[in-house]
Amino acid sequence: MSTALQNLVNQPYQHGFVTDIESDVAPKGLSEDTIRLISAKKNEPEWLLELRLTAYRHWLTMKEPQWPNVKYPKIDFQAITYYSAPKPKNKLASMDEVDPELLRTFEKLGVPMNERAKLAGVAVDVIFDSVSVATTYKAKLAEVGIIFCSISEAVHEHPELVRKYLGSVVPAGDNYYAALNSAVFTDGSFCFIPKGVKCPMDLSTYFRINTESSGQFERTLIVAEEGASVSYLEGCTAPKFDTNQLHAAVVELVALDNADIKYSTVQNWYAGDENGLGGIYNFVTKRGLCKGVNSRISWTQVETGSAITWKYPSCILRGDNSVGEFYSVALTNHHQQADTGTKMVHLGKNTRSTIVSKGISAGHSNNSYRGLVRIAPTAAGARNYSQCDSMLIGERCGANTFPYIQVSNPSAKVEHEASTSKIGEDQLFYFAQRGVGAEEAVSMIINGFCKDVFQQLPMEFAVEATKLLGLKLEGSVG
Amino acid sequence: MIYQDSKTLLAVRDLHATVNGIEILKGMDLTVKSGEVHAIMGPNGSGKSTFAKVLAGHPAYEVSGGEVRFEGNNLLELKPEARARAGVFLGFQYPIEIPGVANSQFLRLAYNTVQAGRGKDELDPLEFDDFVREKMKLLEMNPDFLDRSVNEGFSGGEKKRNEILQMALLEPKLAILDETDSGLDIDALRIVAGGVNQLANKDNAIVLVTHYQRLLNYIVPDYVHVMESGRIVKTGGKELALELEARGYDWVGAEAKANARVST
Repeated sequence: MSTALQNLVNQPYQHGFVTDIESDVAPKGLSEDTIRLISAKKNEPEWLLELRLTAYRHWLTMKEPQWPNVKYPKIDFQAITYYSAPKPKNKLASMDEVDPELLRTFEKLGVPMNERAKLAGVAVDVIFDSVSVATTYKAKLAEVGIIFCSISEAVHEHPELVRKYLGSVVPAGDNYYAALNSAVFTDGSFCFIPKGVKCPMDLSTYFRINTESSGQFERTLIVAEEGASVSYLEGCTAPKFDTNQLHAAVVELVALDNADIKYSTVQNWYAGDENGLGGIYNFVTKRGLCKGVNSRISWTQVETGSAITWKYPSCILRGDNSVGEFYSVALTNHHQQADTGTKMVHLGKNTRSTIVSKGISAGHSNNSYRGLVRIAPTAAGARNYSQCDSMLIGERCGANTFPYIQVSNPSAKVEHEASTSKIGEDQLFYFAQRGVGAEEAVSMIINGFCKDVFQQLPMEFAVEATKLLGLKLEGSVG
Repeated sequence: MIYQDSKTLLAVRDLHATVNGIEILKGMDLTVKSGEVHAIMGPNGSGKSTFAKVLAGHPAYEVSGGEVRFEGNNLLELKPEARARAGVFLGFQYPIEIPGVANSQFLRLAYNTVQAGRGKDELDPLEFDDFVREKMKLLEMNPDFLDRSVNEGFSGGEKKRNEILQMALLEPKLAILDETDSGLDIDALRIVAGGVNQLANKDNAIVLVTHYQRLLNYIVPDYVHVMESGRIVKTGGKELALELEARGYDWVGAEAKANARVST
C-alpha cells in the first residue's frame, strides 16, 4: 500500500481523551444484588426491577453467540462495572447546572449542549457513561407534544408509555447481549412523537464512554404514533484505553400507522491501536417495528470505530405496505473486526425493503456483511432489493458477505447483488497520470463508493461521516 | 509536422528499465521536438508499452539507467502527478474503470488539478460543464458520458474516446497514445484520429504507440521508429510503416543484427 494511502486510513483517533470527573461507581461484578442496586439508585418502580431480574435469570441460561465472524477472548462479566454515573446525579433544572467539566468535554467533541450554540436546531440527549446528563430543547419540543428525555426520567414521568413499549420490539430474552442489557441498562434516550406530529427538528443522542472498566448498557426507545415522523441521530466516542470496554446497547423503534422514523448513526467508538490493543466491543441490538400500515423505518449507519462491531439494525415489517430500509457504510482498519448487516422480516402484505451495504476494509481488518431477508407466508407481494459491495484497500484485509434469504410466499420478489472491488495501484496511477495525487484519488473513490449511503444522511452528519472516513470533499456536491 | 525552429520537448538517452527485476528497456534513445508526430511500432513484447508507462512514471517500473529530459528538466525525478501537470499525457491502452465516480466529477478534478498546477484558473461545476460539452463535440460523444462512472461499462471505443477527451481537456505538451487504435471499429478510429489531429499543433507533440499501420493512415507520422528487445532499431519516415505492413517485423531485426556485426 502506498504511503499516502497508509496515512489516509491511519489518521489518529481524535476523541481519545479522558474527562477527570468524580463518578458514583458500583462495585465490579454482576449478581441480582447489582441489579437491585442499579434499580434502587434509580429509584425505579417494582415492575421495572422485575423486568430486569427476569432478564438476568434468563441471561444466566444463555450462551454467548459463537456464529459471528469475529474473534476475541472470553469476556469476564464479573470484571465489569455495571453502574457508573458522573456526580452530581440529582436532576438538573437547567443547562447551567451541568458540571462545567462535562460541558467542556462535549464542547471538545463538538456536541452542542448549549441551546444557544451555533449548531442549534438539533435537540441532543447527552449520555455520559450510560447516564443521561442533559437534554436540550425539551421545553420547545413539549409544546408540540413531543417527549424527549432520558429513559430514567421517562420511567418516572411517563411510566405508562415506557411500560407499554419497552421490550415490545426487543424482548428481554431476545439474545445474549439484549438480555444482559435488559438486566443492567442504566440510561438512554426516550422519544415519543404523538399522533400527526412531524418533529420540527432532528433529535439526537450523543454517547460518551469515559470510565475504563465500566460496561455501557444504554436503552433507547423511540415511538412514533399514527402519522408522526422523526429523524434521529446518534453519535458515539470513547477515550483510548489499553483494555476493551463492552458496549451492549438496545435500541427499539415503534412506528404506528403512516409513521416514519429515520435513524442515523455515526459510530466512532475507540477502535484500539494499530496493533489491535484496546477498543470497544460494540455488541448492539437495534430493531424497528413497522407496526402500522404504510409505516416506514429507515436505518442509516456509518460504522468506523470499535475493535469489534456486532450489530444488525433490523426491521419487522408487520403493517401492510410498510417499508424498511438499511443503508450502511462500515470501515475497518488495523485489527478491527466488523460483522454487521440487517434483518428485514416481511410479515405484512406488499411490504418493501431496501438494503445497501458498503464495506471498506484496510490494514489487517476483517469486514463481514450478514443479512437476513425473510418473507413470511402472509407477506403477499413483498419485495426486497439488496446490494452489498465490498472494497479492499491493501493486501492483508478481508471482506465477506453472508446473505440469508428465506422466502415463504411465491408472490414475493427478492433481489440480491454483490460486488467486491479494490483500490489498486493501477487506479491510483490513472488518477496520478491526470494530475491527481493519491490522497484526493482515494477520497474520490471512497466517496463514490459510499455515495448511495451518504446521501441518506442528514446534512451535518454526512459532512462528519465524510470527514471521518478521512476524506476531503472535492467535486460537485449536490 | 516538422518545423525548422521547433524546440526539443523530450530527450531520452540510453534509458534502461526493469519490472520485477527483468530488464525490458535496454538502451532506449528518442528525441521529440514540438510539432512532431512520432510512431513507435514493433512486435509484441518489444517494450513499447513499457516505454510509455516509464515516461508517465508507473510505479511498477524501475529505471535502472539513462536519462529522460522534458523541456530540459529531469523528468524521472518527478512524481507521476507532477509529470502530468508539467504536460506529459498518457492515453492508456486499457483505461481503468472507477466505479461510483461520475465521469464529470473525475474530469473536473483532473482539469482543475492540472490547471492549478500550471497557475491557471479553475472552473466551477457549471462552467466546467459548458467547457467539457464543447470538447465532447470534437469526439462526437453523447453527453450522457458525463453522468456515467469513469469507464465503467464503456465499450472499447467509448473508453478510447474518453482518453482523447481527457487529452483535449488537459492540453498536454507531449501526448503518448498507447495502442489508442486497438479495439476500435473503423468509424470510431476515424473519430478518435480526427480528434487527435485537431489537437495537434506546433507547440505540442504526439507519440503514437501502435502495432498496426492502419492508425497511421489517419494520423500521419513524421517519424516511424521500430522497437525490438527494448530499444529502437530502425527509424524512418511514414513510408517505413507501409513497408512494415507489407513485410512484417522480422527483416528489421535481422538487418539491425547485421549492422551491429558490421560495426563491431
